[in-house]
Amino acid sequence: MRSLREATRGMRRAPLLSGLSIAAIGLSLFIIGLFALTAHNIDEALTDVESRVEVVAYLEEGTPEAIVSVARSEIGGFPEIEEVRFVSKVEALYDASRELTEFSDVFSDLEVNPLPASFELRLREGSRTPEDVERVAERLRGYEFVEEVRYGREWVDKVYALRRIAGGAALALGSAFALGSILLIGTAVRMAVLARSREISIMQTVGATDSFIRRPFLVEGLLTGVAGGILALGLTWLAWWTVNRSLLELQWLPDLWVALGIVLAAALGVLAAGRGVRKEISRIEAL
Amino acid sequence: MIQFRSVTKRYARSAPALDDVSFHVRKGEFVFLTGPSGAGKTSILKLIHMQGLPTEGEVRVSKYSSRKIRRREIPELRRRVGYVFQDFQLLEGLTAAENVAFALECTGTPRSRIEARVQRLLGQVGLAPRARSYPRELSGGEQQRVVIARALSTEPVVLLADEPTGNLDERATTGVFELFRRINAAGTTVVMATHDAELIRRNPGIRVLELEDGAVVYDSVSAGTGPGRST
Repeated sequence: MRSLREATRGMRRAPLLSGLSIAAIGLSLFIIGLFALTAHNIDEALTDVESRVEVVAYLEEGTPEAIVSVARSEIGGFPEIEEVRFVSKVEALYDASRELTEFSDVFSDLEVNPLPASFELRLREGSRTPEDVERVAERLRGYEFVEEVRYGREWVDKVYALRRIAGGAALALGSAFALGSILLIGTAVRMAVLARSREISIMQTVGATDSFIRRPFLVEGLLTGVAGGILALGLTWLAWWTVNRSLLELQWLPDLWVALGIVLAAALGVLAAGRGVRKEISRIEAL
Repeated sequence: MIQFRSVTKRYARSAPALDDVSFHVRKGEFVFLTGPSGAGKTSILKLIHMQGLPTEGEVRVSKYSSRKIRRREIPELRRRVGYVFQDFQLLEGLTAAENVAFALECTGTPRSRIEARVQRLLGQVGLAPRARSYPRELSGGEQQRVVIARALSTEPVVLLADEPTGNLDERATTGVFELFRRINAAGTTVVMATHDAELIRRNPGIRVLELEDGAVVYDSVSAGTGPGRST
C-alpha cells in the first residue's frame, strides 16, 4: 500500500516526466501493436488461403460407379482428408461452362464431353504442409483408375514460404522493437529515478533497506508500463478502426494477445525501473 | 563506540582523502572534527556512516566492523547513526512534519505511531509550532532543526553532523549548537565536523580532532591538554 501511495505520489510530483515515460512506452508498444495487427491479419489470410488447399484426382474414362463409390469412402478415411467431393463428367462440364462463360458456345456445341470425372479433396487443418499434400497425392496415384493428380505444388510451397517469411519478420521486428522499448523505458525511468535522487539519498541516510527504496520505483514502473500498454492499445485500436472504416476489413487482435501485450508492458516497466533504480542506488551510494 | 585503526581512504587515483588515521571516540563523547576544506572531515563522517568502506585499515562503530559488515546490515547501522548535513537535504514538497514522518516511514515505524512520534521529535527540537511549514517557509536554523529531528527519529546512539552551522547566522548557530549539546547530554555520542574556530574556542570542554591533508594532526585528548584545544 505504501509503495502504491509513494508511486502515485512520485508520478504526481513529476507529471511531465511520468507523462513522457508513459508516452514513450505507449508509442513503442503502439509500433509493436501495429505490427501484431498486421501479423495477425496476414496469418488469418494465410489460414484462409490454406484452408482452400485442394488436391484433385482425375479419373480414367469409364471407371465403374461401384469402384468410384468404394474409392470415395476409402479416400475419405485418409487421416489428412477433411472432405471428398466426387465431380462427375457432367458436373465438370456444367462447372466449366458456368465459370468460363465466354466459352459457353464451345461447350454447348460439344458432341463428346472431354472433361474427366474427378475427386476434389480438401485437407484438414494441420495436414496442409507440402509433405502432407505430397503424401496424399502419392497414395492417390496408387489407384489404377486415377489418371492424374494435380495439387499446384508450387503454389502450396509459396503459401508456406510466405508464412515463414511473415513469421520470421514478426520475430525479428518484434524483438527489435521490444529491445528499443526496453532502452527507451530504461532511460525514461532512470530520468524519473534521477529526479528523485535526493529522496533516495535521504532514505539511505536514515537507514531504509534497499528493497524498501526500490519498491515504490518498481510499482511506479509497473503503473507506467500498464498505462503505456493501455495507451498503445488505444492507439492500435484507433489505427485498426480507421483502416477498417476506410481501407480494408481487418480483424482485431485476439484477446490473449491484448492481455499478453499489457502484461508485457507491465513487465517492461518493472524490468526497466529495476535496472534504473539499481544503477541509481549504486551511483548515489558512491557519491 | 567509534574506532578508526590505521584507516586510509582513496577515491579513484587521487591522493588519499585519509592517510593512516587512528582514533577512538568513547560512548557519550562530543567531538569536534576540524581542519581546512578537503582535510578529510567529511570522509571520516562518511566512513562512520559506512557510505563506502576504507581502502585500508578498519572502522568500527558499535558492534559493526567495516571489515565484516554485510550490505544488508548497513541500513541497521545507519538507524543507529544519525546524519545531519550542512545543506539540510529536506524534501521541498513536504512539510516539516512530513519530512520527519518520511524518515519514520522509511525505517518501518507503524503508521499509527508516526504522528505522535513526529510531534514529540519536533517538540524536542523546539519546532512544534512550525510543523506544517514547508522548508522554503523556514529559516536556515529552523530547517536545520527539522534535519536534526529527522536524524533523531531512529533514536541513534551516534549523531554525525557535517558543518551543521555552516549556513547559519550567529544566533541560529548558537541555538542549533545548544540543541546538539542537549542531545549529547542525553547520552548520544556526537561527532561534529566544523571549521568554525569561534565555536570551538567558545566550547573548551569539547574534544577536538584536527585534520590536515587527510591526517590527524592534533587530538586534544592525546595531546594532554584536556578535552578542549589549548590554543
